[in-house]
Amino acid sequence: MERVVDPLAQKPSARRTHSETIAFVVMVAALIAAPFFTYPLFLMQAMCFALFACAFNLLIGYVGLLSFGHALYFGWASYLSAYAAKVWGFTPELAILTGTATAAVCGLVAGSLAIRRQGIYFAMVTLALAQMMFFFALQAKFTGGEDGIQAVPRGYLFGVIDLRNEMAMYIVVLIVFLAGFLFIYRIIHSPFGEVLKAIRENETRAISLGYKTDRYKLVAFVLSATLAGAAGATKAIVLQLASLTDVNWPMSGEVVLMTLVGGLGSIFGPVVGSFVILVMQYKLAAVGEWVLVIQGVIFVACVLLFRRGVIGELANKLRIRL
Amino acid sequence: MRKTLGLAALAATLACGGANAQQVNVKIGVLSDMSSLYSDIGGAGSVVAAKLAIADFTAKNPDVKVELISGDHQNKPDIGSQKANQWYDVDKVDMIIDTPNSGVALAVSQVTASKNKIFIVSGAAASDLTGPKCNANTIHWTYDTWMLANGTGKALVKTGGDTWFFLTADYAFGHALERDTAAAVEANGGKVVGKVRHPLNTNDFSSFLLQAQASKAKIIGLANAGGDTINAIKSGAEFGIVKGGQKFAGLLVFASDVIALGLPTAQGLTLTETWYWDMNDANRAWTKRWQAERGAAGKFPTMVQAGVYSGVTHYLKAVAALKSAADGKAVVAEMKKTPTDDPLFGKGTVRADGRKLHPAYLFEVKAPSESKYPGDIYKIRATIPAEEAFRPLKEGNCPLVSG
Amino acid sequence: MFEILGIPLTALFGQLLIGLINGSFYALLSLGLAVIFGMLNIINFSHGAQYMLGAFAAYLLLQYSGLGYWPALIVAPVLVGITGMIVERLFLQWLYKLDHLYGLLLTFGLALIVEGVARNFFGSAGLPYTVPESLQGGRNLGFMFLPNYRAWVIVASLTICIGTWFVIERTRLGAYLRAATENPTLVRAFGINVSRMITLTYGFGVALAAFAGVMAAPVYNVSPQMGSELIIVVFAVVVIGGMGSILGAIITGFGLGVIEGLTKVFVPEASNTVIFVIMAIVLLVRPAGLFGRRG
Repeated sequence: MERVVDPLAQKPSARRTHSETIAFVVMVAALIAAPFFTYPLFLMQAMCFALFACAFNLLIGYVGLLSFGHALYFGWASYLSAYAAKVWGFTPELAILTGTATAAVCGLVAGSLAIRRQGIYFAMVTLALAQMMFFFALQAKFTGGEDGIQAVPRGYLFGVIDLRNEMAMYIVVLIVFLAGFLFIYRIIHSPFGEVLKAIRENETRAISLGYKTDRYKLVAFVLSATLAGAAGATKAIVLQLASLTDVNWPMSGEVVLMTLVGGLGSIFGPVVGSFVILVMQYKLAAVGEWVLVIQGVIFVACVLLFRRGVIGELANKLRIRL
Repeated sequence: MRKTLGLAALAATLACGGANAQQVNVKIGVLSDMSSLYSDIGGAGSVVAAKLAIADFTAKNPDVKVELISGDHQNKPDIGSQKANQWYDVDKVDMIIDTPNSGVALAVSQVTASKNKIFIVSGAAASDLTGPKCNANTIHWTYDTWMLANGTGKALVKTGGDTWFFLTADYAFGHALERDTAAAVEANGGKVVGKVRHPLNTNDFSSFLLQAQASKAKIIGLANAGGDTINAIKSGAEFGIVKGGQKFAGLLVFASDVIALGLPTAQGLTLTETWYWDMNDANRAWTKRWQAERGAAGKFPTMVQAGVYSGVTHYLKAVAALKSAADGKAVVAEMKKTPTDDPLFGKGTVRADGRKLHPAYLFEVKAPSESKYPGDIYKIRATIPAEEAFRPLKEGNCPLVSG
Repeated sequence: MFEILGIPLTALFGQLLIGLINGSFYALLSLGLAVIFGMLNIINFSHGAQYMLGAFAAYLLLQYSGLGYWPALIVAPVLVGITGMIVERLFLQWLYKLDHLYGLLLTFGLALIVEGVARNFFGSAGLPYTVPESLQGGRNLGFMFLPNYRAWVIVASLTICIGTWFVIERTRLGAYLRAATENPTLVRAFGINVSRMITLTYGFGVALAAFAGVMAAPVYNVSPQMGSELIIVVFAVVVIGGMGSILGAIITGFGLGVIEGLTKVFVPEASNTVIFVIMAIVLLVRPAGLFGRRG
């Protein structure tokens, strides 16, 4: 039975490291140059989603757990970050930290419940928990319900740098994204990461080798939730808005789509996937009614024909690891 | 973004020959819900209304060149706010109109003020837009929650519906609607005998309706919108609410909702709107044009779409007078200075807080036997003059007025 | 008048009855999901969309061929069931060898497509569909007015649920089905066309969803989003009940409907979340679900 992820089962080699490093350099260069060619607000939003997708991918690509309710962490971090910045008057970096911490806590609670089941049950439990928190967000006073938390101030980073300056904001978002990305990279290529991959391959064997797999899975879950939270918290400051969209299940579905399109189990896949999907939504805004259908078609096509995703196929063709 | 450059070409060809001295360029964006809950209330029909307004105006004023684009905010404040940002920054849009959904409207209103553009709200309801959240760049056109609450509440109490039971959607908008209507009911001698809060997007209202029935209130106020209202009314028909002598008051119901429900289910429902296609000949004539342009069978324009026509017309008049669309605040000031006059809403004014004033009407949904042709859904129960229909200026707490 | 926590007993009975009616829909839908998962190991995320298709089919049948409610009860599920079988042949059969999650993702994508297309053609406001003449009106039971239609819903769904359970657990056909899931190769060796059985089973599960849709059409808003709103709650029901068990799905469906109904009376604002809260509790106490057989 084919596993969720179809990694190139290659031994670690110099070639792998080189290709990933080159890809990383290309990505950073592109992101630095891009705001001079494209609308910066769009790019910042795309980076937030890219980090979200990378965080999601940590679970599905490297641990083999499909979390269908990841919007919970993204959205609630977004709310807390917005609330902290607007009502408590936190500076942006503290607001983002608040949001991220919230996501970590949510991840811990949700993870401990969800880890009790596996495979599809796990997915459904995460979905149901996310839905429950959605309804809570709907009714809680502080989230602003249908209106969301609006007019979130960009604020002054560390009290000095005015983030209403688009370039300053862009640099902040870029740093958050790269930090998160590198952190995930570090996790994957660490002993901890190797255990995670072992659990994905064959959990029973990992248990028999003495690993407390549940604990590893929970840690991975919390890390994934925390990073998703960082993405959401940053997004709230950039777009100056936190709304129900961020906690609703279509958002969970979207991050799955982004990762699927980009390539599960590849570190650059989710980044590419998120940009692709966002550009698609942007371009198709004119035929807004069909976006849902097209996303569905892409899902189906990816699952049936294109399981490795864009980066996965590319990596496969070039026989490198991305 | 659909660019209707064809209209600009039309305007140019209508200009009888020769280059004109001063061409005024304007770009308008219809930001609406094109694909979900409110797509029939605003949506493509609003774009049609805008097109008609532009065509009518540029026929008489060939030196104004108007470009129209449209977009879908999908009822999400974040998408609405991004679109607004992008339209203003990148696409050089001067004015955004429509936006059903109060959350989106509030977000867009902020963005508009920060970029000194113009926002005319036809679709959204929140009376806060001319209250605490008002600004010098936003005009609230067609209706608002205060008008709905007072129109329906007051008029019903005066016509005998003096005991009320509220079925409220449990979120900010529902609470606000319930609060405003309850205040209106009690101010006019009525009594609120009970209420129940239901979660948003409730499929099944049977248990809530049982409670409403038990209360024996004469009027069951539906402080909710969209699918919830439709579901409540549908279940109500099943449980024999209307047959049992109680009546539903729809606090936010549009003609398109009534058509979706069908007359057998919706009959007897009372609601307040500011425009109905069948009220006079001017409306009927315009409706025929709208239907021809809209191209979808069986649809009738809603007050929101009529509001888009009216709003665009008045906006273009102001822009033509100032010869420029660039300064949002200036154009809005001009719109407030000039009285409005268009075939659909007649004469009216735009107030200092951005509130457009026109009469409101209490309608009752006809029984199937009373309906003589498709679209014949309402009978007028009462007319509320413009001065009474909307919240008094002093009570709004709008910083522009008090500050 | 006897009261519990401020609610008169008569009103309470009324709410219990209503809860039972809602439970009927939950039971029918979770039954369909349980059949599909139990037999095919596929999470049918498009179940909600198929439920919606059933309701839409009933509406279209009425609009365009004048077929009313009663014929629609049979025709609509058959039609939608056939589309289900086509889906299985075209898409799902390639996924059996893969991880289960791909089935979930595929059916999720299909649900998006179906909902998006429906929205494009029919708008979001909803379509009118009235209660059939023969079932209109109701009975005053003393403690509440029970519409005839709602009584019919309970009866019909109980019949279908029990019937399905009986077929699967007590007949030979059901035995073949269950065996085929356990060990397809062996069953095939007995000369039974396993892939055809699987296709038919999926079709049957889909037909169950569509049947629920037709039953819902007169009372719930017939809109493209009617399925997606319901499906997540049904998933929670299934997690609580335990995925592999048909009986579990039925009992949990009805039971949770009743609990939700009671919540609507005592704490109406929580009625949306109560099922999820119960799910969280059950997961803590009995991770396999109340009736679950598979871990």
